[in-house]
Amino acid sequence: MMQIRPILAALRRHRIATFLIALEIALACAVLCNACFLIVNRIHAMHVVSGVDEKSLAYLVLDGYDRGRTNDLNARIIAGLSAIPGVKGVGVLNTIPFGDNSSINGITIDPARQRYSHEINTYIGDAASLRALNLRLVAGRMPTTDDYRSIANGFVPRDSMVLITRSLADSVWPGENPLGKDFWCIDFHFRVIGVVDHLTIPEPESRAAAGRDFSAFVAATPGNEMGGGYVIQADPRELPRVFREVMLAIPKIAPEVVVDHDGSGLLSDLRERYFLNDRAMVGILLGVIAALMLVTALGIVGLASFWVQQRRKQIGIRRAIGATRGDVLRYFQIENFLIVTMGILFGVLLAYTLNLVLMKAYEVTHLPAAYLVTSAIVLWLLGQLAVLGPALRAAAVPPVVATRSV
Amino acid sequence: MLGYYLDLAVRSLKRSPGLTALMILIVGFGVAASMTSYSVFRAVSGDPIPWKSSRLFVPQIDIWGPKGHSDGSSGNEPPEALDYTDAVALMRDHRGKYQSAMYRVSPSVVPPDPHMHPINVGGHAVYSEFFSMLDVPFQFGGAWGADSDAQHASVVVINSKLNQKLFGGANSVGKTVNIDSKDYRVVGVLDNWNPKPTFFDVVNTGGFTTGQEDVFLPFTRAIDVGMGNDGNTNCAEVPTGSGFVGLQQSSCVWIAYMVQLDDKAAVSAYKDYLDGYFRDQKASGRFNWALNNRLRDLPAWLESEHVVPSDTKISLLVALGLLIACLVNTAGLLLAKFLRRSSEIGVRRALGAPRMAIYVQFLVEAGTVGLSGGLLGLLLTWVGIHGVSWVLPKEIASLARVDLSLLALTLAIAVLATMLAGLYPTFRASRVQPALQLKTN
Repeated sequence: MMQIRPILAALRRHRIATFLIALEIALACAVLCNACFLIVNRIHAMHVVSGVDEKSLAYLVLDGYDRGRTNDLNARIIAGLSAIPGVKGVGVLNTIPFGDNSSINGITIDPARQRYSHEINTYIGDAASLRALNLRLVAGRMPTTDDYRSIANGFVPRDSMVLITRSLADSVWPGENPLGKDFWCIDFHFRVIGVVDHLTIPEPESRAAAGRDFSAFVAATPGNEMGGGYVIQADPRELPRVFREVMLAIPKIAPEVVVDHDGSGLLSDLRERYFLNDRAMVGILLGVIAALMLVTALGIVGLASFWVQQRRKQIGIRRAIGATRGDVLRYFQIENFLIVTMGILFGVLLAYTLNLVLMKAYEVTHLPAAYLVTSAIVLWLLGQLAVLGPALRAAAVPPVVATRSV
Repeated sequence: MLGYYLDLAVRSLKRSPGLTALMILIVGFGVAASMTSYSVFRAVSGDPIPWKSSRLFVPQIDIWGPKGHSDGSSGNEPPEALDYTDAVALMRDHRGKYQSAMYRVSPSVVPPDPHMHPINVGGHAVYSEFFSMLDVPFQFGGAWGADSDAQHASVVVINSKLNQKLFGGANSVGKTVNIDSKDYRVVGVLDNWNPKPTFFDVVNTGGFTTGQEDVFLPFTRAIDVGMGNDGNTNCAEVPTGSGFVGLQQSSCVWIAYMVQLDDKAAVSAYKDYLDGYFRDQKASGRFNWALNNRLRDLPAWLESEHVVPSDTKISLLVALGLLIACLVNTAGLLLAKFLRRSSEIGVRRALGAPRMAIYVQFLVEAGTVGLSGGLLGLLLTWVGIHGVSWVLPKEIASLARVDLSLLALTLAIAVLATMLAGLYPTFRASRVQPALQLKTN
């Protein structure tokens, strides 16, 4: 600690160089904080809980059928696919988590329907589809046979019985029991009969984090109003084979339809496809962080080496008048610590301001303090690590250098 | 003289090869890493039509009023698409340079080869100006003319993939395609055009549909033959009429609209027109609420529709931060190197060199570092862009392209930053009397 004052005095003589290293650390700190934040957010988004039994599900999307006569198509598909060995269930379902089809509805709990309060996604399906999804019920009951009603006007039944997610229930009726409550979408009426743990909206990234689980499962009998989307359930180990056979069977079961290959697949594949961009982002951000750390470390090594070389004579004098190798080593380490600390202070400020500006302009969340602290620790360690080589070289300067002229 | 300074610079840089290599490496690395990551970020979530996005606008009219607003995320946001009445009215008034109403269709195509099954295709019903507005590239032929819009003509533009499937990739202009059991004459074949996000119709595709845009046919014709809407339909009330005709008469919104406005005057004129349109409709008793229109340019529109993830901007800043960090780094090293050379400067000054000469000498040296670093950066960027295809899925890697003007700018910044770093020590050294500098040390 005694050494800090002379170090500061020395640094004052190298104001610009010191300032530049500090600036570099500050930039590194700001970039590191934000990059880590982005990575964690992306990873968090990628691990969204779908609420359905992903491992044992596949989804099939068909196109090119007669939209007014889905009853016939559904019957053929369900019978045909159920005959494939290993298929445990086939249900009609309008969409699936990580699929590219979705039904988004504004809902209101006001019977007069004046103010719409929430935007939710509706999964509309038959009893077999609900069995396949294997949602975890936390309150209320699953729909009974009577609850599956026929669809009106190509949308949902006039009076639907629905399961909603817990987060939706908590948001619509905070602190109240959602069971038996009603909500509306235009002329359609919905009654909550059960609450499920999770059911993600099909495209989770299309909405802010709070609304990613705002889904409802509408019990329905498809009739001639709905079809073309089928959820297939099988044992996880058999699912890939089952799905291959499904694809082979479709042309025989329904020669007139076209399989939408992009929308169909094992749920695990759909999830992977959906988050393709996120994975790329995470990869590149990690690359950026690595590059940044490397450059910062190289910069510190370069400048510290340069300073050591420049101060050889002074180091020699110090050694000659009694400083130990440890003293010299510590001098450079403390010097580095001081500069890095200055940089971090400035960097934290920079990162924070950047975050505030971004928060105002875009939907960016607050940068948690933990990221700042972590970045600071990482940079301190990086600084010490980078300076170790040059500092050891400085410590190795023999006292005899003092006696030589430049 | 410059040649001599260049020689001096090389000599000086050779004296500390490690430091020189480090500086060049850092600049090169900084340029390459920031360019590579920037191009990937842009590919993942960037502007689909950067050269024109600020001139493309999406009009929104509040035809639903307060009862149509949910106060969740959208506030008092008007509907995000147009109903049929307004879309047709806006097209008829034709106030922009180019404009098109559009909706998504999904007809079936019967191939000329009788052995092939009918295929289901995706596409859009658009107006003729759609193609020139979005600079759509053609392989054969071109767009249909405005007269075809007016005549509700049976013409079609197909993409290269469908052309491959139906006609084996040959020039099919003038040939006939059977769409929903009606004959259409091919007027153009697209040249591999499948922009991501599908920015022209975010409402009906969500931006990132995996579907192809196989066919484009005249809006007027599609309405005539009752080709249904395959995109989203949003209604504030249940249509009174039934079917597709009922939809056209309803206040449901299902038609996307885009207009090209080339300058500020055109934008404000269009905004006035849109507001005037609303007032006229209000005066005729259609609405009883206040004016609440929007006219967003494409980037703002994509942002408001959450097509571009909100953290894209930060990612781009992160890439920029990396570049700046590298340049600051080099500047620091260069500075340290130059600051030690005050005695050398003193000698040159004492021998009669004017300050200008000192400046030029050091700037040449600094510039040499910057330029070599920049050139190395070019090379590394090339490696990086090719390298991403090893790391990233090919769908994304193939989208990553280097923006040449941006690269040139980065190079210029690299050289400029190193030269700036060279300027300060020279400035400091040249302020002091030569005699003093000679004495010290």
